[in-house]
Amino acid sequence: MDQLFIDLSRWQFAATAMYHFIFVPLTLGISWILFIMESVYVMTGNEIYRDMTKFWGKLFGINFALGVTTGLTMEFEFGTNWAYYSHYVGDVFGAPLAIEGLMAFFLESTFIGLFFLGWEKLSKRQHLAVTFFTALGSNLSALWILVANGWMQNPVGSEFYAETMRMEMTSFAEVLFNPVAQVKFVHTVSAGYVTASMFVLAISSWYLLKGRDLGFAKRSFAIAAGFGLASALSVIVLGDESGYELGDVQKTKLAAIEAEYETLPAPAPFTLVGLPDDETMTTGYAVKIPWLLGLIATRSTDEEVAGIKELMAEHETRIRSGMVAYDNLQKLRQGSTDPEVRAAFETHKRDLGYGLLLKRYTPEVVDATDEQVALAAKDTIPAVAPLFWTFRVMVAFGFWMLFLIGAAFWFTLRRTVERQRWLLKALLWSLPVPWLACEMGWFVAEYGRQPWAIGEVLPTFLATSSLTAGELVFSLVGFVGFYTFLLVIEIYLMTKYARLGPASLGTGRYHGEVPPAGRPATTDAPLVPAE
Amino acid sequence: MIIDYEILKFIWWVLVGALLIGFAVTDGMDMGVGNLLPFIGRTDDERRVIINTVGPHWDGNQVWLITAGGAIFAAWPAVYAAAFSGFYMAMLLVLFALFFRPVGFDYRSKIADPRWRRAWDWGLFAGGAIPSLIFGVAFGNLLQGVPFHLDEFLRAHYEGSLLTALLPLLNPFALLAGVISFAMLTMHGGVWLQLRTNAPIARRVKGAILLMGAVAAAGFALAGVWVAYGIEGYRVVAQPALDALPNPLAKTVVKEAGAWLAIYSQVPVSMLAPVAGFAGILLTMLLSRMDRPGWAFVTSGLGMSGVVATAGLSMFPFVMPSSTHPDASLTVWDAPSSHLTLAVMFWAVVIFLPIVLSYTVWCYSRMWGKVTEEEIRVRSHSAY
Repeated sequence: MDQLFIDLSRWQFAATAMYHFIFVPLTLGISWILFIMESVYVMTGNEIYRDMTKFWGKLFGINFALGVTTGLTMEFEFGTNWAYYSHYVGDVFGAPLAIEGLMAFFLESTFIGLFFLGWEKLSKRQHLAVTFFTALGSNLSALWILVANGWMQNPVGSEFYAETMRMEMTSFAEVLFNPVAQVKFVHTVSAGYVTASMFVLAISSWYLLKGRDLGFAKRSFAIAAGFGLASALSVIVLGDESGYELGDVQKTKLAAIEAEYETLPAPAPFTLVGLPDDETMTTGYAVKIPWLLGLIATRSTDEEVAGIKELMAEHETRIRSGMVAYDNLQKLRQGSTDPEVRAAFETHKRDLGYGLLLKRYTPEVVDATDEQVALAAKDTIPAVAPLFWTFRVMVAFGFWMLFLIGAAFWFTLRRTVERQRWLLKALLWSLPVPWLACEMGWFVAEYGRQPWAIGEVLPTFLATSSLTAGELVFSLVGFVGFYTFLLVIEIYLMTKYARLGPASLGTGRYHGEVPPAGRPATTDAPLVPAE
Repeated sequence: MIIDYEILKFIWWVLVGALLIGFAVTDGMDMGVGNLLPFIGRTDDERRVIINTVGPHWDGNQVWLITAGGAIFAAWPAVYAAAFSGFYMAMLLVLFALFFRPVGFDYRSKIADPRWRRAWDWGLFAGGAIPSLIFGVAFGNLLQGVPFHLDEFLRAHYEGSLLTALLPLLNPFALLAGVISFAMLTMHGGVWLQLRTNAPIARRVKGAILLMGAVAAAGFALAGVWVAYGIEGYRVVAQPALDALPNPLAKTVVKEAGAWLAIYSQVPVSMLAPVAGFAGILLTMLLSRMDRPGWAFVTSGLGMSGVVATAGLSMFPFVMPSSTHPDASLTVWDAPSSHLTLAVMFWAVVIFLPIVLSYTVWCYSRMWGKVTEEEIRVRSHSAY
């Protein structure tokens, strides 16, 4: 097996997915913020809320274009680069993706054009409905994508069939109501809401610091602060809920995130910081909080949280059982109708994935030596240090944003926001923080899933297409080059329009605009100056 | 309601065809408009008029392509795996070309510099021309068979890599199929422009419609002759029961001259597809000439549906024949998903497709009317 080719395939997926997720969270959240702003406009008739919807909508559009661009790749990349994966699990994994297109992506994409271009052709209420359906569509999209992703983490509602040599769906309801998927969905969309809130807060802060477009900025700030506070609380609560789900179904990922090499007596302590070392399987300089991990992961004081050493021993047993499964699978594939072979296969089938881990060391699997089994068992544990640290930084960012947004909300209630210059500056400088937290969250989720493409079912190294390293170099360079080129343009336009501010709407009512004397007539009615 | 596995397999062949036709009629139109953009629009305002005829809709239209991809993944995972990775370089080319569209539509008019706008005009052209050509080329290759085989664990392998895999895709027959596809979509986009704009754009585009219609019709006829005499088709000699668990390695297939035309004598009603293809294209040319773009749009959609259906019917039950290992070809009967998945997906389509169609119609109806240069100038800050 060509390790370079496998690494390149993984790098390409990671790169294209992480680029895509630069644009997704803002879309998920800002579409609701726009809906809130426009609802206020429709209810009160105050046109400044329409201008807010249009202006933040403009920035949303610049972001959305690249979301669509990078999203296209994701739809095709399973087939182009993970062909064996597509064959092996398409029966289960393809369904949520296709339903996502039918139910969610059509909704979002059909209405979004009218959101941008339909202001003059739709009544107030019709346009508000369009905004609502755009937001609903983008969020439903996330639901189905996370149902698919949740199944990769915790493949419920399905079974392997030797005849078709693939996983097949046995219960659509189980796939849809997969607890991992449900928790991930709410955690992910809430993270998107926080991202959008931080985006609006940071840019509004900049206007407030500059003392321009005050009425516009303060109103935007207030809406984002309220929406953001609810979302930030939700992210953290649901993140904690994810911890509980991990304790239940993804014990290995949890042990790696927590650098828990040994199974400790319940309730296990939580390691706040430390230096995990995979070689010696110890965590140096660990600062521990008693009880906390046990409480998060098991919601009890008497259940143990399995440590890495215990899990590895358990996996070794499963690898040996997987060898039996593989042996009998081969016989079945060669046409055996012996009921004993069938029975043996059915008994060991749930460990087939573990047996496949050996393919890395011996293509025949069944002739693996003890040494190779031990190597494969070691492979079942992802590298601890990157997960340990990424997770902690993500959580720290989460609490930092909760603090900032909480303060923003507090001073909004006290109506003294524009005097809190420290807060405005902190918000402005924290603009990249939500994106970093989101990307780190995905890193923890997906790197923590290794060595599996589908948890305990299909090893990542087997899931690739039959391509060459040369082709992957070509495409990886192409994607990264093209995306970076587009990202530079995007950031340029985003900055340009954020600096222009609401003046970019051309209404003649905002900072830096000349009164609309020589301008052609627009449908905008005159308004009390925003300041 | 339980539907037989065999019937569901067949229904999914129809549904994938319907999604591809839906793509051609909707997003194919946007691509056709992109193909015409740099040539029909002479001033910046004219080009903005052209772009804004599809501006509010192209994004929703593109979802037909995405949903077709997702549906192939869910309904024919083996095809999704073998075709998308086997055509790796071609898929990349299509993707990279498609990248120009979202940014082209949204970013073009955000900066006034004529060089910037000109550059995006060509970006939108590439985003239309390359996919419309390559999709045809892909069909041309499917009709000839693709050099792949499946091992005992059903992993797909291909002959050649990088350029050695890309260049054979661009063989004469496949290029002809690409030209047909390009001409057809461009004609369709042209009719849309004639329908949604005033002179001079609506007048100028009529010549393009005639030319593209003529190329598409002549190409379609030539491809028919070529299929009859020039390339071999495939025929299933023996296979398991049609409702059996899918196993693409359990059948026997032969290559045979004229096999792709067998269906038209076996099931004469299938002749309606090529007839609709020709009639649709010729009527479009005529109706456009007579300044009846509304009807021309209908016939152009009909013509494209006929051409796509002809390609699908000729190959039935094959979806992706293998030129090197014909027995490993993928067919309607041995490439699909499980009974349950096909059923779940079928009901998803039954429920959601009518909803999608109704709000799509609503959106078009709200934005209806000719797009004019005056309107673009007035809405300069909000239009594309």
